[in-house]
Amino acid sequence: MRANDPEDVVAGSAHEDAHLAADTATPETLPYDPGGDVEEAVAVDVAEVRPELADPTTVDAIVAPSRDVHVAEGEPLLSMRDVTMQFGGLTALDHVTFDIRRGEILGLIGPNGAGKTTAFNAMTGVYRPTSGTVLFDGEVIGKAARNEITRRGIARTFQNIRLFGEMTALENVVVGTDARHRTSVPGAVFRTRRHRAEERDAIDRGMALLEFVGIGARATERARNLPYGDQRRLEIARALATEPKLLCLDEPAAGFNPAEKESLMGLIRHIRDDGYTVLLIEHDMRLVRGVTDRIVVLEFGRKIADGTPEEVTSDPAVVAAYLGVPDDAAVPDLPEIGGPTTGAAPTTGGTR
Amino acid sequence: MSLLLHGGQLYADGVIDFDLGRLADNFWALTVDGLTYGAIYALVAVGYTLVYGVLRLINFAHSEIFMLGMFGQYAMLMLLGFYPSGNAFDKGVLLTVVYLCLAMIGGMVVSGGAAVGLERLAYAPLRKRGAPSLVFLITAIGASFILQEFVHFVLPKLTGGELGGVNAQQPIRLVVPTTQFTIFGADVTNVDLVIIVAALALAFVTDRFINATKFGRGIRAVAQDPVTATLMGVSRERIIMLTFLIGGVLAGAAAMLYTLRVPSGIIFSGGFILGIKAFSAAVLGGIGNLRGALLGGLLLGVMELYGQAVFGTEWRDVVAFVLLILVLMFRPTGILGESLGRARA
Amino acid sequence: MSTSDTPDATSAKATSAKSTSAKATTSRPTSLPPAGRTPVAQRPHAGLGDRLRLWWDALARPTQWAIGVPFILLIAALPVIRPPLLTTVGTDFGSVMAQFGMVALIAIGLNVVVGQAGLLDLGYVGFYAIGAYTVALLTSPDSPWNLTDDWLSNDWAWLACLPVAIAVTAISGLILGSPTLRLRGDYLAIVTLGFGEIVRLLADNLDSVTGGGRGLSQVAYPRVGVSEEHPNGVFSAGNASGTLNAGVWWFWVSIVLIVIALLVVGNLERSRVGRAWVAIREDEDAAEIMGVPTFRFKLWAFVIGAAIGGISGALYAGQVQFVVPTNFNVINSMLFLCAVVLGGQGNKLGVIVGAFVVVYLPNFFLGRTEIFGIPIDGNEIANYKYLFFGLALVLLMIFRPQGLFPARQKLLTYGRELYVAARAAARKVSGAGDGSGRADAVPAVDVATEGDAR
Repeated sequence: MRANDPEDVVAGSAHEDAHLAADTATPETLPYDPGGDVEEAVAVDVAEVRPELADPTTVDAIVAPSRDVHVAEGEPLLSMRDVTMQFGGLTALDHVTFDIRRGEILGLIGPNGAGKTTAFNAMTGVYRPTSGTVLFDGEVIGKAARNEITRRGIARTFQNIRLFGEMTALENVVVGTDARHRTSVPGAVFRTRRHRAEERDAIDRGMALLEFVGIGARATERARNLPYGDQRRLEIARALATEPKLLCLDEPAAGFNPAEKESLMGLIRHIRDDGYTVLLIEHDMRLVRGVTDRIVVLEFGRKIADGTPEEVTSDPAVVAAYLGVPDDAAVPDLPEIGGPTTGAAPTTGGTR
Repeated sequence: MSLLLHGGQLYADGVIDFDLGRLADNFWALTVDGLTYGAIYALVAVGYTLVYGVLRLINFAHSEIFMLGMFGQYAMLMLLGFYPSGNAFDKGVLLTVVYLCLAMIGGMVVSGGAAVGLERLAYAPLRKRGAPSLVFLITAIGASFILQEFVHFVLPKLTGGELGGVNAQQPIRLVVPTTQFTIFGADVTNVDLVIIVAALALAFVTDRFINATKFGRGIRAVAQDPVTATLMGVSRERIIMLTFLIGGVLAGAAAMLYTLRVPSGIIFSGGFILGIKAFSAAVLGGIGNLRGALLGGLLLGVMELYGQAVFGTEWRDVVAFVLLILVLMFRPTGILGESLGRARA
Repeated sequence: MSTSDTPDATSAKATSAKSTSAKATTSRPTSLPPAGRTPVAQRPHAGLGDRLRLWWDALARPTQWAIGVPFILLIAALPVIRPPLLTTVGTDFGSVMAQFGMVALIAIGLNVVVGQAGLLDLGYVGFYAIGAYTVALLTSPDSPWNLTDDWLSNDWAWLACLPVAIAVTAISGLILGSPTLRLRGDYLAIVTLGFGEIVRLLADNLDSVTGGGRGLSQVAYPRVGVSEEHPNGVFSAGNASGTLNAGVWWFWVSIVLIVIALLVVGNLERSRVGRAWVAIREDEDAAEIMGVPTFRFKLWAFVIGAAIGGISGALYAGQVQFVVPTNFNVINSMLFLCAVVLGGQGNKLGVIVGAFVVVYLPNFFLGRTEIFGIPIDGNEIANYKYLFFGLALVLLMIFRPQGLFPARQKLLTYGRELYVAARAAARKVSGAGDGSGRADAVPAVDVATEGDAR
């Protein structure tokens, strides 16, 4: 039986994330809902189940595990070297070269169709470059299977949310932690020591991560029933659960209102401060400007600028590329779990 | 199929006996025979391929649509005053062709109607809800059951035992296979000719319809990009119905041709194996690809008979299934390639 | 809340002591805007299955055992008790239950493949056939590979062949799975369908080994309980009459195997493996990108499903003591699939109920001339079984694709306290509304929440 210290709990209440209050986005369900009237849980009191998680420092300690954080900061973690991607006659990336450095938040921006998603897919091993190389942590991202690439330390979220809708929020995150686990069928059938240890670790880390992104109270709810904003946060938690060296966020603020964007920026900074390197792909210039350390701008598959937010936003080429395109003209996607990974954003709806 | 009843024989020298000599000796005869079967597979395969192209759905119940077509043409012949008899009716060439056409129309009407009915009653509600493909597949299996059992038990009640039931229908023969000419020593019968000519004509008409008419353009548009097609004013639902209709009509025509080849094949369970083979043909040619289905059908029909010659009659279906598995393993997009979509995850 | 592992008395004390802390926590601004859907507990008509689940989950482990074991014993006793309305008329109830046991085992195995991993396997009957033929080939005097007249005693030959059957089916699952599992869902379905047919055709065509259409007879069975009354033991097909006939004995064997299979499958479900399966089912690409080795776990699902199907096949061969290819028609695959879909894909207990429905209902009508005084032609109704199952499949897919008992799989080994806490929170909400949504029993956690509410 776990000790349940009331003071701990009260302390936890202060920690309650401010950004949650801004959670006004309409809840989205999946396009296909079998309509099972399966039990739905309401908010769980995390502090009651996992009292230690009421303490933000403990959460941070669990979230940023014992690994090479704050090591060799500023050194390139991922390098795009002269990468060209061609699909048939279409050149989606044209000799693109840039680095992502350890411990930074790099923004990758560009107008629609500039090749951001293609670059993203080349980095995460979904596409193999037509020419050029992608180096991650000193090794070429080559023919490795996609799950292998995750295990090498690149995690991502999806532009169109792709959670495992039937699983609870916690289970979604635990699938992420499983990327570091090694139990297979024999271990699970005979409940070996390692299996049990991994399962305990999975729940601890999973709950801590949910608490970290601010949706700990939703742990036992099915992902498909979470409000839109929480689904986006859950995706981040799931990606962090794989203990990545590089976290790639594909338009994490799509569909967010300004208050939500603000809290998201806080979260991203917090992630960086915990020792992760973050790649942020975003339409919203203001968000990118506010949170990133460095920005790479793509247009028509070519890199047109690379530098600090100040340098980039005053760059005439960038201004030209964005001329007449207000910040929020970039239209968010409607969340769609199980939808296609890539593809242009459907031009319907908007936040304002 | 006959294999169900086949007793088999013991081989003294080995488990599977095979003999390439049988293939070499009868090569051209087997080729002609294979082409007639292949032409039938091709017509049924078009139904799979079109529906797949438009909906990314394997219409598992298409084999039962074909089976209903066999009963449809049989019923038509009965309506025309024919009756099951050991002897063939001799009506002269011209009149026989007319009757065959009428029988084919009977098959087409029943199959086409059943296909559209299936779409409306079973698939449309699922589509409206955006169900995953597994759900469609299970629905199709259920529909298969229903259609088979309808013919098995309900149809004989409705027709006073004239149609359906446990046993195959007694054949109504309009054409006696007689050799018309020989190529490379292979006899070509009138039945072979009717099947190949009719199938080629239907394939040509279908190809023109898909590639050169407004409706065909609609089908291709929906297959390529449903969203844009809808925005351009194409009614997706209508196109889907049309697709099922074409598939069903061709299956009905194929059913009539098949009964010429296998007169005793009209039985409630007679669609299943043929359906799988037609599907294999569609995959072989590249599913979603109309011409691929035709090519795949002919190829499968011929290969199957070659395999049968080498290994023995009882291995014919095995040859077809193994071929399907091999194609899916090594070239899941088929010979001509999927016109759209991808076979691997 | 962590009361679940302690006896009720202490937990009541503990929870009352904790009520202050709980009170304090309610002031925590945990109340997010409510999710789009109302919790079931609040809905006026929560399904029976959900209520049952709520009630069951809230019980402490020992209590679950205390209820579960007698319940299983009761089911095991059914063919002995032969309740008047439940028992079958046209066929022996014992054999019906034995058949149910085998199909239940199949449903559990198929559920791993279809329900949990989301791989539609239409050739599952092939594994069933391989299991049956493995036993038959090794023990039937008709088979060239018969071992019973050499060194294998007929008395325990069946038992000795069971692990062999499991191994052989598992390997055949591996052989079928490794080339085909890279295919997308609907292609996989057709390929497996082809596999099922190939297995049957092989059995039919390889006359010199399998006896072809004549089949293999005198398959071994456990020779246990030999007495004057049962010269060949209680498992012999000769023990056909009376209450304790061979069917009942085989049913008991299958219950033991079902329990073992459930434990194994349950352990897998609440592990990395089970989570991987569900992730693959939900979104294979996303699973892969999240680090799930999808191919490997799909293969595992296939192998485990195949092995369980093989056990069932071995049971069948032993019980009937005679295998012929026609018993393994592909239509049986569809029937098994029907059991899984009916019971609720992914719900390992639900699919057992599905298996019961599929096996029992046709037999219920068989030979019956009236029901509740209404005259019926039971044989005719039983004849229509495939028609009804087909209709059931179509209607279920349209109106209730999740089946009779929708799955809510638990995927965490140590998630229990969380689930219990969540349920307590749900209960709290429903308690504030009306009491109708609550489960019948009042478990320990409920006491605590009641205390909080006041």
